[in-house]
Amino acid sequence: MFDLERWEEIFETIRKNKLRTFLTGLSVASGIFILVVLLGIGEGMRNGISQEFQNDAANIMYVYTGVTSKEYKGLNPGRRIQMKNEDFNYTALKYQDDLEYRSSIYRIWNGIVNFGKESGSYRVEGVYPDYQFLENSGMLEGRFVNYKDHDNFEKVVVVGNKVRNDLFKDSKDPIGEYVQISGVNFKVIGVFTDPGGEREESRVFMPLSTAQRVFGGGNNIANMAFTLEPEENFEAALAASTRFSDAIEDQLKETHTIAPDDESAISINNSLENAKRFFDLMDMIKFFFWGVGICTIIAGIVGVSNIMLIIVKERTREIGIRKALGAEPLSIVGMVLHESIFVTAIAGFIGLIASLLLLEFVGPLIETQYISNPAVNFNVALTTVFILVLAGAIAGFFPAWRAARIKPIVALRDE
Amino acid sequence: MIEIKDLHKSYKMGSNSLHVLKGINFSVAEGELVSIMGSSGSGKSTLLNILGMLDEADEGSYTLDGVPIKNLNEKIAARYRNKFLGFIFQSFNLISYKNALDNVALPLYYQGIKRGERIDKAMSYLEKVGLKDWAGHLPNELSGGQKQRVAIARALASDPKVLLADEPTGALDSKTSYEVMNLIQEINDEGRTILVVTHEPDIAAMTKRIVNLKDGRIIQDTPVNQVRALQNV
Repeated sequence: MFDLERWEEIFETIRKNKLRTFLTGLSVASGIFILVVLLGIGEGMRNGISQEFQNDAANIMYVYTGVTSKEYKGLNPGRRIQMKNEDFNYTALKYQDDLEYRSSIYRIWNGIVNFGKESGSYRVEGVYPDYQFLENSGMLEGRFVNYKDHDNFEKVVVVGNKVRNDLFKDSKDPIGEYVQISGVNFKVIGVFTDPGGEREESRVFMPLSTAQRVFGGGNNIANMAFTLEPEENFEAALAASTRFSDAIEDQLKETHTIAPDDESAISINNSLENAKRFFDLMDMIKFFFWGVGICTIIAGIVGVSNIMLIIVKERTREIGIRKALGAEPLSIVGMVLHESIFVTAIAGFIGLIASLLLLEFVGPLIETQYISNPAVNFNVALTTVFILVLAGAIAGFFPAWRAARIKPIVALRDE
Repeated sequence: MIEIKDLHKSYKMGSNSLHVLKGINFSVAEGELVSIMGSSGSGKSTLLNILGMLDEADEGSYTLDGVPIKNLNEKIAARYRNKFLGFIFQSFNLISYKNALDNVALPLYYQGIKRGERIDKAMSYLEKVGLKDWAGHLPNELSGGQKQRVAIARALASDPKVLLADEPTGALDSKTSYEVMNLIQEINDEGRTILVVTHEPDIAAMTKRIVNLKDGRIIQDTPVNQVRALQNV
């Protein structure tokens, strides 16, 4: 392998047989190129779909209510179901060991928020401190509402980044300023950001108790949101969350006298169940891309094998001459393999580098919802290069070995 | 130099076998220039292949420069070919993508000689056959006579004990043939042993001894008065 004379001999052969070398290299390079780009797009789709789920904590469950659709125990259908603080408190207490975060939400309609001359309409919600984690929100400035605010009915708000930009422009530090919501002053204590983007950041949060008291909510709540303590794996988490959502649904139906088979009165949006569907889809996509990739590799291997067969056939006479001049069979096999491994390896790396460059520079330019940051696992790509090189070597070995076994006198007769 | 005793060779053709060499006894001393003649099918090519270790005999003994040649595996046969023999073929058999110099240097590569020395040696042999100025040319840029002279230089490069030439002038016109034979005679004058297989009487007349083969047996083995090729050019 490190025989300098052998290398010189190989380089000379390659230099004098450019077309042959180019064709061998092309099939290997294009195979690797296609595979890596495919894997990159697959990974990009995975990233894109995953991003859709980063908006909220991945295992969040939202409880919301609607209108009954069935008569039950003498009550007419068409009743609007209104959840109360008691519903939330009962659940939070009963499952306190299972729950990671919990919050109920009181929504204020027509939330016109003013600061000086600026004003805007935003979603204004009363929430518990845990809501920050349920929403996956991060604090840019100040803090989120806490239990002390809640207990003291403090008139404080946390505003989204978009709200801050709209109302305060860039010039002022919003912390400590007062904004008016429906004519009531609230002190800004924090600015949050949300991975869901502008839509999620155009919201205003205040303590639940304050919202209910100031805006006449009594003890009504609009939604409840929960996350469960993390489980060891996805299946266990899914089972636990399904169990939990079924239990709350039963409990709420009983408290509010709803028919057990009424589908429209209580809805629970279990993001894990949604996630499972997407994860299944993602696995399918992944399998598909791997399938296509493996077929590409097989096609590449067949291509390399064919070219190796042709090369050896074409060189039969040359091999005969070399043997008559004193080449040992092993040196013939070595010569053919050395050349083929060298060419396929170089071509493989060229294909790899070209595809990685494409993913690196063109990848970030792809701006669709379902593909983001296409990239490929470098080790996987490297492994495929080695597989192709090895396959080329094995494919080249047998014809080379056969050619080396041919009697020189027979090989020389070959025209 | 070459000692052959009671050499037999047959080829299996399906169910029946073809007895090609039927007991050849033959020896060549050092410095001889021998031509092997015979019509096609007389076994002269088979004899040359056995002498060249490209083929093995069924029976009989073959000794080359005191070394018994038998039960050779491919590796040892290759080494002996490289060390003892130089081949000259009717169709030249130069490697098409290598220039004249690299073709001549090839046997030296298989002797494990370093590149610099290889090139020097190859160049000196090319000079000897009068093609020093053609060293950088590919075989398809050379005439038939030039190709055969490159092939002769290549056969000489490994400094073999014996040169085996299989119809060396078969693909050449008579003027070029005589030039090539002149070169072969000059090489022989320096003391190298040469065997030439031919079916042309005028070529055979330029050697020092004619061995006539018919149906696998030697029917005639006579020394001749060598005709110098130079006189005919």
